[in-house]
Amino acid sequence: MGATPMVKSEAVHKSFGRIEVLRGIDLEVDPKEVMCMIGPSGSGKSTFLRCINHLEKIDAGRLSVDGELVGYRQRGDKLYELGDAEVCRKRSEIGMVFQRFNLFPHMTALENVIEAPIRVKRESRTLAVERGRKLLDRVGLAEKVDAYPNQLSGGQQQRVAIARALAMQPKLMLFDEPTSALDPELVGEVLDVMRGLAEDGMTMIVVTHEMGFAREVSDSLVFMDGGVIVEAGKPRDVLANPQHERTRSFLSKVL
Amino acid sequence: MAEAVGLRPEAIKAVPVRHRGRWVAAIVVLAIAAYILYTIVVAIQNDRTAQGSGWATVRFYLFNGLIFRGILVTLELTVLAMAVGIVMGVILAVMRLSPNPVMSWVSWLYIWFFRGTPVLVQIFFWFNLNLVLKSIDIGIPFTPLWLHANTNTLIPPFMAALLGLGLNEAAYMAEIVRAGIISVEHGQTEAAQALGMDRGLVMRRIVLPQAMRVIIPPTGNETISMLKTTSLAFGASVTELFTRQQQIATATYDVLELLIVASIWYLVMTSILTVGQYYVERRFGRGTQRGLPPTPLQRFRRMLFTFHAPPPAPVEAPILLPSEHR
Repeated sequence: MGATPMVKSEAVHKSFGRIEVLRGIDLEVDPKEVMCMIGPSGSGKSTFLRCINHLEKIDAGRLSVDGELVGYRQRGDKLYELGDAEVCRKRSEIGMVFQRFNLFPHMTALENVIEAPIRVKRESRTLAVERGRKLLDRVGLAEKVDAYPNQLSGGQQQRVAIARALAMQPKLMLFDEPTSALDPELVGEVLDVMRGLAEDGMTMIVVTHEMGFAREVSDSLVFMDGGVIVEAGKPRDVLANPQHERTRSFLSKVL
Repeated sequence: MAEAVGLRPEAIKAVPVRHRGRWVAAIVVLAIAAYILYTIVVAIQNDRTAQGSGWATVRFYLFNGLIFRGILVTLELTVLAMAVGIVMGVILAVMRLSPNPVMSWVSWLYIWFFRGTPVLVQIFFWFNLNLVLKSIDIGIPFTPLWLHANTNTLIPPFMAALLGLGLNEAAYMAEIVRAGIISVEHGQTEAAQALGMDRGLVMRRIVLPQAMRVIIPPTGNETISMLKTTSLAFGASVTELFTRQQQIATATYDVLELLIVASIWYLVMTSILTVGQYYVERRFGRGTQRGLPPTPLQRFRRMLFTFHAPPPAPVEAPILLPSEHR
């Protein structure tokens, strides 16, 4: 490709106390690429995702987004921890969608979407509202602008959460099991929105159990287990013709 | 059995169980209460006062100018002490939860000290501070920038009472606010951080507004409690309601009558606060219930139309801190 990868991970390690959750993750995500991460719970997928926007600190290895290290600055051969303001600025360029939506319950859908553009990016309210309405329209919720999160279904809440992340005009979107907390009949509407995003060229990393989505939408698929990447490749190859025994047994249970 | 659907049997009509025990208990309790009340009412009526009877005296002083001025001071003291308590309480709570161990420790020490000593002692302490400390000097070391103030002029009686009540309240409010902050799900903080919000923004815009729902009910209780606790300002000779009634009673010997006057006003004020608390809670309940519960006025109107009491509004159990008696 030649271009700077959007995400580059080299031998990333992360422990919680004595438990090693990530034991050397190497991967690259190119701009406009959609990568799906699958694997059993506890395999470290979500932790890795959270490391990318520095919600978790990595212990060893190198992790960079768009050519810049996450959480550190390198001068010579020394690393300097980034200050809060820098960390916040970098996070504001990465959108994240959570399993449990985590909408702000005391704000309406629109208020959820315009909060960060106004407070973090210092956009004018008029502009933020205008773009917020467009985004809610894009995720099919033009009529729910003034609804509070608890007046929305899970699928609607997750779509607001996606709009909220998009409002910051991120260069990368992280999805942490976005459909796992949804009733089966609501999964489709969220996946449709994500599919649309992928078609528009958004760079996305999606931790998911939706194999159909992984097969049809993603450019690459990573299977993680026990804190390492067991297998990676084109989604059709990995899903149809897994090379490792561990991948095979996992897929046989979920497919 | 699908064809049985639609054939609804007749509603059950049965003779209700007679709750004789309930009637007996109710009558006994009412009789005892009536007897006690009657005895006191008659005793006060029979008191020979300058106005003829005890109740005439109560009526005479109920709208007395001195009493009114006392009420004003009581309200002033309540509002200011709660303001000090809430502002310092929020600061102490945030300090307590700070990742900086010194901040957290200082806050713990403050709460430990001010909650662990009686308010009256604290009011007396500020009131008598000038006995040992004649002046207070604040400034930047090794520069001529120093402020000098005489303790007597800096801490008049009202200020002594305000300090005692406010600083003590801050310790209680700190615990209430802290409980509110930790009641907000951590996912909220993470979502806000992921959007690039810094610690201050997350606290101000996301966590504190949600913590309010947990903070407001006990704060209402604290305010009502404070309104009554201001009577301890008597110890610092602040002329609030209790001191005023005491002054009149000492002159006229109508002790019980004046206590009743004060009690009536305290009850009026706490009742107003109780109604106010209800509306404030309703305001901060936005987004937590699908529909807001009806206001007392709305419920009253509905009752007039339907002629029977509506079911009580679904109340979310407020997290009350064990509020110790002070």
